[in-house]
Amino acid sequence: MEQLIELLEELHPEIDYETEEGLVDNGILDSLDIVTLITDINDAFDVSIPAEEILPENFNSARALWELIERLDTV
Amino acid sequence: MNFASIEFLCFLLVLVAAYYLAPKRAQWVVLLAGSVVFYAFAGVTSCLFLLAVIVISYVSVRLIGKRQSACAAWLSEHKELPKEERKAYKNKSKKGNLVIVCVGIGVLIAALVYAKFVSGYFGIRVSGAGISFGAYALEIMGISYYTFIAVGYMLDVYREKAPVQKNFAKHALFVGFFPQLVMGPISKYSDVGEQYFVPHALEGKNLYTGAVRVAWGFFKKLVVADAIAPAVGAIVAQQRSGVYFLLLCLFYSIRIYGDFTGGIDIVLGSAEMLGIRLPENFNRPFSSKSTAEYWRRWHITMGAWFTNYIFYPLSVTKSMQKLSKWSRAHLGTAIGKRLPVYITTIVTWLATGLWHGIAWNFVVWAMLNCLVLLVSQELEPLYTKFRTKFPRLHASAPYQTFMAVRTFCLMALIRVFDCYMNVPLTFQKFFSVFTTPNWGSLFDGSVTSLGVSAASFCVIGVGILFMFGVSRLGKDRPLREKLWERPWLGSFALAALVFLVLVFGTYGLGYDASAFIYGGTFN
Repeated sequence: MEQLIELLEELHPEIDYETEEGLVDNGILDSLDIVTLITDINDAFDVSIPAEEILPENFNSARALWELIERLDTV
Repeated sequence: MNFASIEFLCFLLVLVAAYYLAPKRAQWVVLLAGSVVFYAFAGVTSCLFLLAVIVISYVSVRLIGKRQSACAAWLSEHKELPKEERKAYKNKSKKGNLVIVCVGIGVLIAALVYAKFVSGYFGIRVSGAGISFGAYALEIMGISYYTFIAVGYMLDVYREKAPVQKNFAKHALFVGFFPQLVMGPISKYSDVGEQYFVPHALEGKNLYTGAVRVAWGFFKKLVVADAIAPAVGAIVAQQRSGVYFLLLCLFYSIRIYGDFTGGIDIVLGSAEMLGIRLPENFNRPFSSKSTAEYWRRWHITMGAWFTNYIFYPLSVTKSMQKLSKWSRAHLGTAIGKRLPVYITTIVTWLATGLWHGIAWNFVVWAMLNCLVLLVSQELEPLYTKFRTKFPRLHASAPYQTFMAVRTFCLMALIRVFDCYMNVPLTFQKFFSVFTTPNWGSLFDGSVTSLGVSAASFCVIGVGILFMFGVSRLGKDRPLREKLWERPWLGSFALAALVFLVLVFGTYGLGYDASAFIYGGTFN
């Protein structure tokens, strides 16, 4: 989770990722950020976020993103 | 069969009656039979194309479904194996599924390109005299729509986001449900699939709200869109310049709005009468404050299709991710972040343009939309600063109206490429606004020489005000639903709407109503 927050902080260091629940809904992450983030996450966690998982509910908070990573890592 | 015709109304009435009289379990069979009858009017060639799309998509999803079940069974039987081994097995299975889905989609897209483009140069015609080759341009009704519905479904099954419909006839109904065959919407199985197959009881509300929506669609099409169409045609055919170019932008926007949203009202209203909710395709698009917002409100299902099945998948391909990393390392974060997204945006818009038609005017139309969107995105920090500095001005009604009018004008200018179907001529006419000083034409009555009388312009004007009013009143909830709650007012409104269409509709009850733009010219 810390590693994920580090990746997020590289994009927007001013955000408190422990509490923010509307990263997409509040316009903090735009399409540029999301594509950059997917590249970084795929690299860092050895997962592959597929296109169908690019949904606001998966990117709205660090917790939701972490859950997505965990889900993708299970078979 | 043209939606705006007496034949369609008769067909719809018979179908609705048969649908509710039939045993509940057989309602979907009535829908399928109705769809076959509806599409049979399009001719043998069109039917063969639709059948081919249904068969190819059915075979693909069944094959993928079987492989997915086999993979799931293997995984549950081998829970003791290391995670890596199980992952490798799943990935191998997915790769095989990808090959199937790619082959299936490849064939469907090849058929689409052949029908829309290649047949215009190298067509094949089968007749009593045998097989002949030549420029036999095919006109396949709704091929762009049902192909995209089928492709979307195949990808959803591959992604395990939609169930496999094992019944061939039910699959055929999902791909070929008649109302969406002419101009969409491009529905997803998850939104509509099961609705076709569950029983629907006769409900007065569905019949009423559906009928009002159909009548409203007729109003938009026959009282507004078809009434202004001669002026659009005259300005283009007579190659009028100067202020007429601006009038063309305005008239064509009115026409395409009435035509396309009216057509979709007929489509969605027909389905509503049958108790089926198809996805909305418009959400008050001309109230948009930016181009990005406009494209979230106009032709919604098409935009969503290109975002879900082209933009995002392309963004997360390995090559795009490599490009992202490379460009961030070599070109800096600012450019590096943008490069892959910009490339994907351009490719997505190019595909959107070509979907409308394989011609340069659609390519230019798409690239201009793309340019405006990307420039707006770059200017976003500036807009944010403005909003923060002048929050009251930004929130004020005049400023909000200004933004909506600005977006309308910008989109109207870009949209006009459809009219000339000729890129240099469109630019020439655009520049004529600055070189041909004929603004006086607006006030000396010469506008009525465009094939639309002054009285007709008045009717169109009132029709536009009417559309604006209905749109405002239905902002929170559709007006037809509010009318249903007031039976007397509701009955009067429906009767008045039918009366207005009968009295003011172009060519009476649509006997010669022109084809829908999105059902004919584009697709």
